[in-house]
Amino acid sequence: MISTAIDVLAAEGGHSIPLVEPTSAGSLALPLVLVIALPAVGAAILLLGGRRTDAWGHLLGTAAVVGSFVCSLWLFLGLLGRGEEERQLGLDLWTWFATGRWEVKLGLLYDPLSALFLLLITGVGALIHVYSIGYMEHDVRRRRFFGYLNLFVAAMLVLVLSSDYVGVFLGWEGVGLASYLLIGFWQHKPSAAAASKKAFVINRVGDIGLSLGVGLMLVTFGTTSFDEVSALTSGASAGVMTAIGLLLLLAACGKSAQFPLQSWLLDAMEGPTPVSALIHAATMVTAGVYLIVRSQFVFEYSDTARLAVAVIGTITLLMGAWIGCAKDDIKKTLAGSTMSQIGYMVLASGLGVAGYAFAIFHLLTHGAFKANMFLGAGSVMHGTDDDVDMRHYGALQKAMPVTFLTFAMGYLAIIGFPGFSGFWSKDKIIETALAESPVLGVCALLGAGVTGFYMTRLMLMTFFGPKRWEPGVHPHESPKVMTFPLVALAALSVLGGLLLLNDWIVTFLAPVTGEAEEHHLPVPPILISALVVLVVALGVALAFVLFGRREVPREAPTEVSFLTRAGRNELYGNEVNDTLVVGPGKQLTAGLATFDRAVVDGGAMGTAASIGGLSQALRRAQNGFVRSYALSLLAGAALVLLALVVVNLA
Amino acid sequence: MTLPWLTILLLLPILGSVVVALLPARLGGPLPKLVGLGFSVLTLVLAIGIAVAYQPGTGLQFAEEVTWIDLFGAHYALGLDGIGLTLVLLTVILTPIVMLASWEDGETGRWGAKGLFAWMLALEGLSIGVFAATDVFLFYVFFEATLIPVYFMVAGYGGPRRVQAAVKFLLYSLAGGLVMLASVIGLYVVSADSEGGPTYLVSELAQLDIGTAAGRWMFVGFFIAFAIKAPMFPVHTWLPDTTEQATPGTSVLLVSVLDKIGTFGMIRFCLEIFPEASRWATPVVIVLAVFSILYGALMAIGSQNISRLIAYTSVSHFGFIVLGIFVMNSQGLAGANLYMFNHGLSTAALFLVTGYLISRRGSARIEDFGGVEKVAPVLAGLMLVAGLSSLALPGLSPFVSELLVMVGAFVYSPWVAAFAVLGIVLAAIYVLWLYQRTMTGPVHEGVAGMRDLGLREIGALAPLVALIVALGFYPQPLLDVINPAVDHTMSQVEKSDPRPTVTEGEAQE
Repeated sequence: MISTAIDVLAAEGGHSIPLVEPTSAGSLALPLVLVIALPAVGAAILLLGGRRTDAWGHLLGTAAVVGSFVCSLWLFLGLLGRGEEERQLGLDLWTWFATGRWEVKLGLLYDPLSALFLLLITGVGALIHVYSIGYMEHDVRRRRFFGYLNLFVAAMLVLVLSSDYVGVFLGWEGVGLASYLLIGFWQHKPSAAAASKKAFVINRVGDIGLSLGVGLMLVTFGTTSFDEVSALTSGASAGVMTAIGLLLLLAACGKSAQFPLQSWLLDAMEGPTPVSALIHAATMVTAGVYLIVRSQFVFEYSDTARLAVAVIGTITLLMGAWIGCAKDDIKKTLAGSTMSQIGYMVLASGLGVAGYAFAIFHLLTHGAFKANMFLGAGSVMHGTDDDVDMRHYGALQKAMPVTFLTFAMGYLAIIGFPGFSGFWSKDKIIETALAESPVLGVCALLGAGVTGFYMTRLMLMTFFGPKRWEPGVHPHESPKVMTFPLVALAALSVLGGLLLLNDWIVTFLAPVTGEAEEHHLPVPPILISALVVLVVALGVALAFVLFGRREVPREAPTEVSFLTRAGRNELYGNEVNDTLVVGPGKQLTAGLATFDRAVVDGGAMGTAASIGGLSQALRRAQNGFVRSYALSLLAGAALVLLALVVVNLA
Repeated sequence: MTLPWLTILLLLPILGSVVVALLPARLGGPLPKLVGLGFSVLTLVLAIGIAVAYQPGTGLQFAEEVTWIDLFGAHYALGLDGIGLTLVLLTVILTPIVMLASWEDGETGRWGAKGLFAWMLALEGLSIGVFAATDVFLFYVFFEATLIPVYFMVAGYGGPRRVQAAVKFLLYSLAGGLVMLASVIGLYVVSADSEGGPTYLVSELAQLDIGTAAGRWMFVGFFIAFAIKAPMFPVHTWLPDTTEQATPGTSVLLVSVLDKIGTFGMIRFCLEIFPEASRWATPVVIVLAVFSILYGALMAIGSQNISRLIAYTSVSHFGFIVLGIFVMNSQGLAGANLYMFNHGLSTAALFLVTGYLISRRGSARIEDFGGVEKVAPVLAGLMLVAGLSSLALPGLSPFVSELLVMVGAFVYSPWVAAFAVLGIVLAAIYVLWLYQRTMTGPVHEGVAGMRDLGLREIGALAPLVALIVALGFYPQPLLDVINPAVDHTMSQVEKSDPRPTVTEGEAQE
């Protein structure tokens, strides 16, 4: 173990870059193991237990995650009880594999960053398990659903607790598997099966980054564990650090649906809605942000990589918002919004030490308010016979009062209504972006306005205006088991801003992310906040004029502007993939099949026809194979003799 | 004197083969199969005993050596190092599993179940001989002898075009064997000229000063034979044709065990006897290996037949193994050795579970399936697990080996790794697209009413799945025996791992 007392000073920034130097987990080792083991064992029992567990499987699954949440609280309180210097806990489980110089341990690292993730994953996870008891009540495969959810929670916890990049990889693909299984949960639907495969394959493209990144780290540092890499990055060249940073960014783009690997996320809405809330909004899709913030000891040494991160985040935040404006499917609108909000987080993490803590802050508030709204959308679907088309909603605020009120809290949070959680977290990102780079900052500000627009459109189309319900649909409020999580998440959406009280989250994360210098803005922050609120208000007002004052047609208008058409088509991401990759790939495999048969096989065998003839002849002469074998041996002997002569002469 | 344990280990299944074959026909029923399974389990128990007694470290253990043909310098010499041990273990683990899974496959074949089980045991014994032989001549004899049981297993049992498939397999293998024979003779000539007189012992050949040109020629002879066996592009086309016709059990023994002789031979003979020639050939071999990875994967994606698809995935996987061998560093070589074992497990699981599927449907064409998950969820679940292990999902055993090879390739050259890594995306496509087309969507009329797996069928797969998961999280016991063998191979080819570019000292400055 490499341990240095002095933090290394970054050449350009002047601020100190914290190292990963865990101390023994001590008495917290037990909850640290349990937090992962509970959902892992839950998944094993539910998936291997078969029909015997049908009756109580959902209760066991929920209990496992609630237990995991209790462990997370236990750990969190334990961490707060320690001095700031001792807030990195390490626990080595066993050597996963070791060969040559490279040893990979299955080890855990619990520090302020993983602590917050643990609370988010198990807290929101537990609420969504509870919600799913009601949501999946009539599904005959409910027990299996809970098994997959438990598997997801366990894998996600491995992802954020591993102390080695290869350990992260284990969780990384583990959540990918859970996501695959859950997107395709209703796999009798071809669209669901196709969407799940697409998500996994595109994530694998991102995994190229993680695979090669691990390779480059091994070549450069001889190790892939956080503590050892963090102690060595100051000695590497800027080029190498940029390469590692860009490879990690590729991985993050896949998992977090950032441009250009974004196209799987909207299709992923094929999964049951609690899955969209937990995996494709609150937790898994934010893993890319985790990876970047966790790797601050890489990104701090490459301005280029950080800039690339910030630019990708900005592009995606605008793309997602654009898509969110045009979709009529409530889940896809929210998915576009998720892309966009994660874009904000990626942008913030690309701003370096000034932004890391705000990226995580927004990640947490978004985890609450977006899970809230997805579950709310699920509640709406529950009451409207699984209709997702907002053009068939309208006037639901009376039919579903609890859903409406809780959704409204999420709405106010995401648009950044003053005082609500999203106001604090998004405001900080825009402010920091403006300070670091005016161009990115203005884009982020614009995105906030568009967010106000598409979310207001969603609210108006869903809850207000006249009824546009399908015949035979009688919207009704969801059962308590579903509305309780909505209320809890709504409360978090309102109060999440408290994390910023006294700069608590910034200070708390400083041992991981480093301490930023004061950035100097030309104007006071209060003016920037006012500007953001003004831009958001413009977006809201525009949506109100377009959708609140006029009748919403039940059929989507076809005569629309290019902007809307492009947004509906998800900015043609699928078409680009098809043209550049899928189409040529299909032609290539078809061409290769012919080539393999005609050229490779034919060439190697002489001609295919003669083989056919030979085998025909062999088949006629019952035991022809013995003769052919003998003949071959004879030919072999002749070759041997020839070889002997040649070699002896040589 | 201690007992010749390896001889006993390889004779036990061969004895079993004879016993099964000689059982009187009137004692029909399951008796021959039970006797066969009994012998394979006994072999497994004995091999586990040997593995437990094996001390991780360098050098050969359980070595036996008797001069066989003095004139050629041929010896009956057996011994195990870490590489041989893992492959012997793979052989003895898979044989009883395959027997259990093939319980009903032999009945309709040409020589009945009795014949199939007898040939399987014979193959098991000969394969152990191949992996334990420490004399080139003895290796060659075992190498060629394995063709006989496989030929009969393919020609006697399986699809309608099995005879053509068997002949094609035999011709390819014989062609490779003949090329190798020339090199084997060449080794005699070179060693006969040396001071010690002719010898075929690997340990002595490794010390021999073979001239550059002669060494390269002989290397090429061995390499071609092993590349056909493995199989690598462009000499792979026999494999899909064979697995398409063979029974699943035969395919498992062929691809999971027998094909490993190719990659095993590359390490044992190409690298250790011809180190100079191996280094000389490295660039070409690596290009071929990477090409095999991508080509096999693309062909798998394009396959319309499940058995052919799995055969092509193996072409891709063998590309990874050969790549790991020829990058000649710790990660690559250890990864390749581990890959051989893990690929054996995952491909066995995949062949067996799809074998169940194909025999139920009576067709291996992918378009004849759809929605199987709905009617046979256990079968679907096991196929998904087998498929995920084939695409090297972390937590399943092939991940560690594939990552080690990938990183080994990166150490050799980032560009090689950048091409090889595309294989992980293609693997996700061929596995999940197969799953999507066969298992999901509306239930195909031809699979409606398909029954789910029975206890015997699950029982055959369960140990494989358990091993795949256990070794996914704790492969170190295997690496502990493989690592010393890798060190030996690396010292033989005079290669050592490059140092990391940044070390502790530099970071402090």
